[in-house]
Amino acid sequence: MSRAPAPVVGGRPVAPFDPHRVRAEFPILSRRVRRGRPLVYLDNAATTQKPLAVIEALDRHWRTSNANVHRGVHLLSQESTTAMEAARGHVARFLGAADPREVVFVRGTTEAVNLVAHAWGRANLRPGDEILLTTMEHHSNIVPWQLVAAQTGAVVRAAPILDDGSLDREGFRRLLSPRTRLVGVAHVSNALGTVNPVRELAQEAHAVGALVLVDGAQAVSHLRVDVRALGVDFYAFSGHKVFGPTGIGALWGRKALLDAMPPWQGGGDMIRTVSFSGSTWADVPARFEAGTPAIAEAIGLGAAVEWLGGLPADAVAAHEADLLEHGTRLLEGVPGLRLVGTAPGKVSVLSFVLEGVHPHDVGTLLDLEGVAVRTGHHCAQPVMDRFGLPATARASLALYNVREDLDALVAALHKVRETFPL
Amino acid sequence: MTHAADLYQELILDHGRRPRNHRALDGASGKADGHNPLCGDRVTVFVRVEGGVVADVTFVGTGCAISQASSSLMTEAVRGRSVAEVEALFGRFHDLVTGTPADDAAQDALGKLAAFAGVAEFPMRVKCATLAWHTLRAALAGPAAVGAPVTTEDAS
Repeated sequence: MSRAPAPVVGGRPVAPFDPHRVRAEFPILSRRVRRGRPLVYLDNAATTQKPLAVIEALDRHWRTSNANVHRGVHLLSQESTTAMEAARGHVARFLGAADPREVVFVRGTTEAVNLVAHAWGRANLRPGDEILLTTMEHHSNIVPWQLVAAQTGAVVRAAPILDDGSLDREGFRRLLSPRTRLVGVAHVSNALGTVNPVRELAQEAHAVGALVLVDGAQAVSHLRVDVRALGVDFYAFSGHKVFGPTGIGALWGRKALLDAMPPWQGGGDMIRTVSFSGSTWADVPARFEAGTPAIAEAIGLGAAVEWLGGLPADAVAAHEADLLEHGTRLLEGVPGLRLVGTAPGKVSVLSFVLEGVHPHDVGTLLDLEGVAVRTGHHCAQPVMDRFGLPATARASLALYNVREDLDALVAALHKVRETFPL
Repeated sequence: MTHAADLYQELILDHGRRPRNHRALDGASGKADGHNPLCGDRVTVFVRVEGGVVADVTFVGTGCAISQASSSLMTEAVRGRSVAEVEALFGRFHDLVTGTPADDAAQDALGKLAAFAGVAEFPMRVKCATLAWHTLRAALAGPAAVGAPVTTEDAS
């Protein structure tokens, strides 16, 4: 059994959290995989599993209220609209936003970054302007900026990272200048688990007049996010990485910024009036939600963040920290294993390489033991280049993981070592 | 069949650890690069064809045990064969790793390559086993075969 989570955090007593009880809310976690082995799911940075609260919200919507939103006068359309807008409110509260109209539903983090790059970037970037990213960004916070830079003559720069996977703060400051128009930074690195000091970076960026966009994809299921306390301008995340459905995510932006941005996709729902002599745009967030949205998925996302918000956040964080510490200690005992990304205060991610074994062989052998991890470059090739690796294996944790999952991972890694002796 | 030893047979582990013919080839008549960017597997295949026969074949590269062993065993299997025979052998190998049923004659023709039968249980790994073969085929197209590297990440 797992050790009970520490009852005291930072001198304050915290509400209890029982990961075994939470596991019972995730039907998939009781399935068996290869040769009848219990599933050990450690690929949470790729996607998280779904609790009954989310599965049932989707099911309820499909069974009872499904209709298109924002247009029908009939009862089902009203119910669907009300439920989707309630979900927007849940997401706004989850992020600490001042106003639900600051929450734009998108397909996920990738679409959120593309939205800002195209709607804000094309209207505001001039030749020689700079977009400052970090070397640890996911491709989804690099490539949209390269595309818009090619169109506007702006330049993309990347702040370096240190050997432990933390951001090189001096390197960041050196690259920040009055030419910097936007800083794009991951709240948590998907490949390394590093937590970036977003609040301080935002202060430094604002001091030179740059906006700040945060890729929160890996943060929202591990850290409590308050966009106003962070002092950022845009915050993006994907529903499926926070126990919600795929195909839905959110972009939060300061209302004044969103109000000033032109649309980037045209279609239904995003207009006020349309004629062949010209059209006018709806207010935000509708301006950025062209076409029928992912209605059920948005409702499912609302259910996910409400479910997560109902858990004792401090105790969950203590549990996750305990898992990470336990996993780190065990992995360090595997002969020839090297952790990649050891920044202080990191969350969730245990990225590693095993001497003499390619990560894909590690992944296949772990899979045979029922252990699901990700192997590859994690859509972060600049990180792999930084560490001179083609790929790593990555175990990533969620709140429903228990110490036994890490014990199973390490037992399976010892078996890998038997197949591939040093 | 889903035991580690079924996929990672001793022959595969041996060739993965100590790949044969792992060197560049002077006087190659053909050479091609293969790259699976998602995996990071890279292979360059060198071939010298004389009178329609593969007189020598070597490779350099890095990657997983499956891709390295496949490259190594491929070089052993195709040396001395005609280009047409190589093509036929690749067809049989491809059937093997994708789980396409084959008759006994086809099985026999595979020889040591039959060690890769376990790959068929792992659709995600087929691209590892076939990269060297696709790259060999490009190398056999001759010295003019330049351009983007061969990849097996779009299809097997």
